[in-house]
Amino acid sequence: MTIRQLAVFLENKTGYLNQVLAVLAKYNINIIALTVADTSDFGILRAIVSDPEKALDVLREDGFSVRIQDVFSIEMDAAPGTMSRILDLFTAADICIEYVYAFSFGSKSILILRTDNTKKSVEVIIANNLKSISEADLK
Amino acid sequence: MNDGSRIKRQEARGIKKSSRLLNKETGAEFKNITTHSKEILIWNKKIECMKSKDMRALQSARLIELVNRVYDHVPFYRKKMNDLGVKPGDIQSIDDITKLPFTCKSDLRDNYPFNLFAVPMKEIVRIHASSGTTGKPTTVGYTKNDIENWREVVARCLTMAGIGKDDIMQISYGYGLFTGGMGVHYGAETVGCTVIPISGGNTRRQLQLMSDFNSTVLACTPSYALHLADALSENGYSLKDMKLKTGVFGAEPWTENMRHELEKKWGIQAFDIYGLSEIMGPGVANDCKCHAGLHVHEDHFFPEIVHPDTKESLPDGQEGELVFTTLTKEGIPLLRYNTRDLSTLNREPCLCGRTTVRMKKITGRSDDMLIIRGVNLFPSQIEHVLLEMGETSAHYMLYVDRENNLDTLELKVELDDSKLTDTIRDLQNLSRRIEHSLNSAIGLHVKVTLVQPKTIARSEGKAVRVVDNRKKE
Repeated sequence: MTIRQLAVFLENKTGYLNQVLAVLAKYNINIIALTVADTSDFGILRAIVSDPEKALDVLREDGFSVRIQDVFSIEMDAAPGTMSRILDLFTAADICIEYVYAFSFGSKSILILRTDNTKKSVEVIIANNLKSISEADLK
Repeated sequence: MNDGSRIKRQEARGIKKSSRLLNKETGAEFKNITTHSKEILIWNKKIECMKSKDMRALQSARLIELVNRVYDHVPFYRKKMNDLGVKPGDIQSIDDITKLPFTCKSDLRDNYPFNLFAVPMKEIVRIHASSGTTGKPTTVGYTKNDIENWREVVARCLTMAGIGKDDIMQISYGYGLFTGGMGVHYGAETVGCTVIPISGGNTRRQLQLMSDFNSTVLACTPSYALHLADALSENGYSLKDMKLKTGVFGAEPWTENMRHELEKKWGIQAFDIYGLSEIMGPGVANDCKCHAGLHVHEDHFFPEIVHPDTKESLPDGQEGELVFTTLTKEGIPLLRYNTRDLSTLNREPCLCGRTTVRMKKITGRSDDMLIIRGVNLFPSQIEHVLLEMGETSAHYMLYVDRENNLDTLELKVELDDSKLTDTIRDLQNLSRRIEHSLNSAIGLHVKVTLVQPKTIARSEGKAVRVVDNRKKE
């Protein structure tokens, strides 16, 4: 139901993102999905990678501030209106979405979701029989 | 018999007499005197033009009385003097002052809040305070006589700047625990100004009242005066709308170039008023129209210059740390308080006719204290707040800059790895919490920027914690 996501603190400096990417490339870590949330002062890079533990180690080694969190990963039909319907289920349960992003993997469309209430979110996913993706599915 | 010896004899009778005498001395003499073909007003000609010999006699009498008083009433000084093996009887004249112990800012902190007061609290009529180095403010207390003396010295300062009954003075120093606002206020009323106690901030209203009320004098920090000048046009004003002719600026070091800039921008004469809350507040010294150093009111505040390292007394003309002994202060009298401001002394009579010793305009300090918008700030205060919060590492760098002539502070602090989350909000809340804590501890807005761990340069030896980008005029 969940997969591990890498979060890296990004200072607002030219070339900073490149440095993170260069470290991942050097250790042959594949980026499956990536998004950057930014403010005027700093950003947070969130990524789904092929080997989160190794990524954590090598980035820390290089002095980056990194953490791993579990996020919901839901498989969607590649059809208009799917994502809207899924999010409606969470809204109906009065769950707030902290952030969301989506990507394609092979023929699959995957929704990454972080909410303010993990326990209730799990109930929504089970009750509505939403299909989720595991890390093994992304190999 | 000259005035000096009369004063000396009367003062020797004790503090009650001396304080009554002080009030007599201050008996506002507002006479025109003509010196060197220029007509110059002097508030207290008797003191300000006193012969050097007579001034020494007055200072000697006051020092002897002071030393006995602090020895009897302030345990801190009794212990300090005993440790040095000095007894009040060893002080026979002002020349013996070098036998006395120094006082520094940390002594005020260690004796927080009232342990250096030399009179019972019922004699204290006012408290002022400034932010201290570890979150505790340094506190000063004033008796009725102290307030009277403060009025007197500020009145002398304002008269030096040619300010009098016909003036309308806009006081844009902060009112409150800070000594600036109320200190200048009382002196301005004493010389008969119409006072507008507007306090600091709210630029638009400052300009509106300056124009509507026809202010002729502006009293504030020099950087705020520049800020106001630059805000004229964007608020729809020009110099033609203003009647300003004099500026009394202080509470932060400023240069001669800054004076020229302020005089040009406002079309005024700008004067430097020096002071610090530990000694009195604004009014310890001020420059006259000759702008050749600041006349120290040495009958109340005896200045010395000491070597920054050895603390040995330095001769006139040599630069060192400026030290003051409060000869008449009753609430919190201080012996040889080291201001850490760097200056020199000049005892030659001034062209204005005053004979009081002059100190060179302060442009630097011997410690790492910063003056931000008139507020004293030690980098260690920042560190203290960060350590107390414990939410970041204690590695930080403070960037001081000046935007639109107002000082700005930015704190870069290293993020603690364990505080990183995947949401922006958590980090923004963290920087806001730090900003809030700093604001309540030091009274200044600091923009907080979180940076990557281990990116702030570690230095060997003394850490460099401050980058001051304010232009050196």
